[in-house]
Amino acid sequence: MSALDLWRERHRALAPQLPGAGLPWLARLRARALERFADEGWPTSRQEDWRHTSLAFLEQSELVAANAGDAAAAVERLRAASPDGHWLVFVGDRFAPALSAIGALPAGVTLMPLADALATEADTVEAAFGRAEDGDSPQALNAAFFTDGALLRLTRGVALEAPVHLVFLPGGEAHGRHLRNLIVADAGAAATVVEHYLPGADGSTLTTAITRIEAGPDARIDHLKLQEEAEGAIHLAGIEARQARGARFASHSLSFGAKLARNDIRTRFDGEGCEALLNGLYHVDGRRHVDHHTLIEHASPRGTSHEFYRGLLDGAGRGVFRGRIIVAQDAQRSDAMQRCDNLLLSRQAEADARPELEIYADDVKCAHGATVGQLDEDSLFYLRARGLDEPHARQLLTYAFAAEALARIGLEPLRARARSALLARLPGGELLEALA
Amino acid sequence: MIKIHNLHATVDGKAILNGLDLEVADGEVHAIMGPNGSGKSTLAQVLAGRETFEVTEGSVDWDGTDLLALPAEERARAGLFLAFQYPVEIPGVSNAYFLKAAVNAIRRHRGLPEYDAMDFLARVKTEMKAVDMKEEFLYRSVNEGFSGGEKKRNEVLQMALLEPKLAVLDETDSGLDIDALKVVAEGVNRLRSPERSMIVITHYQRLLDYIVPDKVHVLSQGRIVRSGGRELALELEEHGYGWIETQPAAPAAQGGRP
Repeated sequence: MSALDLWRERHRALAPQLPGAGLPWLARLRARALERFADEGWPTSRQEDWRHTSLAFLEQSELVAANAGDAAAAVERLRAASPDGHWLVFVGDRFAPALSAIGALPAGVTLMPLADALATEADTVEAAFGRAEDGDSPQALNAAFFTDGALLRLTRGVALEAPVHLVFLPGGEAHGRHLRNLIVADAGAAATVVEHYLPGADGSTLTTAITRIEAGPDARIDHLKLQEEAEGAIHLAGIEARQARGARFASHSLSFGAKLARNDIRTRFDGEGCEALLNGLYHVDGRRHVDHHTLIEHASPRGTSHEFYRGLLDGAGRGVFRGRIIVAQDAQRSDAMQRCDNLLLSRQAEADARPELEIYADDVKCAHGATVGQLDEDSLFYLRARGLDEPHARQLLTYAFAAEALARIGLEPLRARARSALLARLPGGELLEALA
Repeated sequence: MIKIHNLHATVDGKAILNGLDLEVADGEVHAIMGPNGSGKSTLAQVLAGRETFEVTEGSVDWDGTDLLALPAEERARAGLFLAFQYPVEIPGVSNAYFLKAAVNAIRRHRGLPEYDAMDFLARVKTEMKAVDMKEEFLYRSVNEGFSGGEKKRNEVLQMALLEPKLAVLDETDSGLDIDALKVVAEGVNRLRSPERSMIVITHYQRLLDYIVPDKVHVLSQGRIVRSGGRELALELEEHGYGWIETQPAAPAAQGGRP
């Protein structure tokens, strides 16, 4: 029996217990998504979008359920560092109410686990859920099997001051965990949402995580994702935003963990005057692999997009970046800027950076650049000439390279959280703590 | 006392220093002047330990230590300071962190207790006042977006904090207006002491109006071709570097010796 047949079998067995099983639209969508996944299979390097990141090995792999370890302690540490916020914690594929603290919400804000929302907010979920045809086959697998995630709905003009923290710990799930988050902001609403993917104690779990964001006219969504999964983990994620007129969207994708991590991040300007910031930072070492595919569609005039990705590549790690920007014919006065800079910290490390601009409008400002390099010798010498030993000088410059990405994170507690996650990855991190 | 003897250095196989001799006694300030391409900056970089340059011949004895055998960071800890002609910008590292890391690296080496944040701040603020630097420069990234004058003040600030035994100033005056030049020169003069030697490298005589050297040497094609008192700088100013070429070089070979 092939792995794809296994997924079919699992679905037959699980379907009646999956959240929203009683909703005909969802049952149909899940069935279509499953067929699509079974039909297409895992992406392989034969597909252009997966050229550097084949998932064919998943056909053969046995997934090993992870153990969450001390989930309560992990959540406690996070909350101590960022006291404000609305906390939803998920262990494995389910919401963990005992570890969560949603707190008081202003009128006009709905924030709840998606599994609950399917019972009480089914219409909102249906409208925001997306289709079985969206994305590549892992996204279809996610639609077929998702069990939970968060729904955040903001009505017109509501600003949620404190960030929403979604914390995902692996634990116990036998067939991977499939999470879906839906964020819907009506006109003028604003919120910050942070997704934390924490490592479990062991195991090589599979995660698929899809976050869909609808930003209404003049709405503002700041999204930060911090992926720190365990060394053996496979993390396949998508963030899909749609922006109405004047909406602002910021995505910060920090990818520090997992054996293989793939993020597809896209946004589309459906109205005039949208702004998007796509900020990314990744670190790999050992034989780990990280891949970001981004797509910004300037489908309407006067949109501004700024995209900055930075990679730290150590050991025999590999970092892939493909950034597409499409400026439609009538998207005049678009301003699109994209950069991807990679720092190779070892001879075996590898970076692939590919910008792709497709411009069909004539009155636009577009720039892009990609670099792959090593630490600057002049800077190293300057530090050594001040008495810093070479390893310390290297660590300092490596941190400094990454710090430019951290500096774009607006909220200080989140920036501090990202900084300590990064320092935990870098050699000599404790030495550099004083940089804060 | 630093004794440079018959120093030859190359970069990418190209000879830059061709048998340079120079001795600077404790407490003395020597100026090295010379046209572009004469090897002034190479000398500074070789003394500081830059590996880009290969020393092919000669020796540098520094109070009995073979300076050339030490890596750059050990030279710095032992008390050698290079004020860079082009201080490097390091985005993402605060000047405060950088200065504290440098000061503590050197204090550790000297067996002194490391500064904690409070002590360091008190010390650095005093020194910053002396070079007329605003406190905000502590919290900005190292040299990032600093003007030419601000970068050079930051170099003099580092020199004051690190209390070197031998300071090499590589064209610290280049690109400075007269006010900035005065501030930098005052900073340098304040640090003159009987235990501290300085090698001041400059293209122009102007700096030497403010930092009065004990000796002046002229560098040409990688060698000291003439040495004298500060009046030599004035002669150069008057006649230009072309004048050196026409002078007999023989007596200058010993020029660096007292």
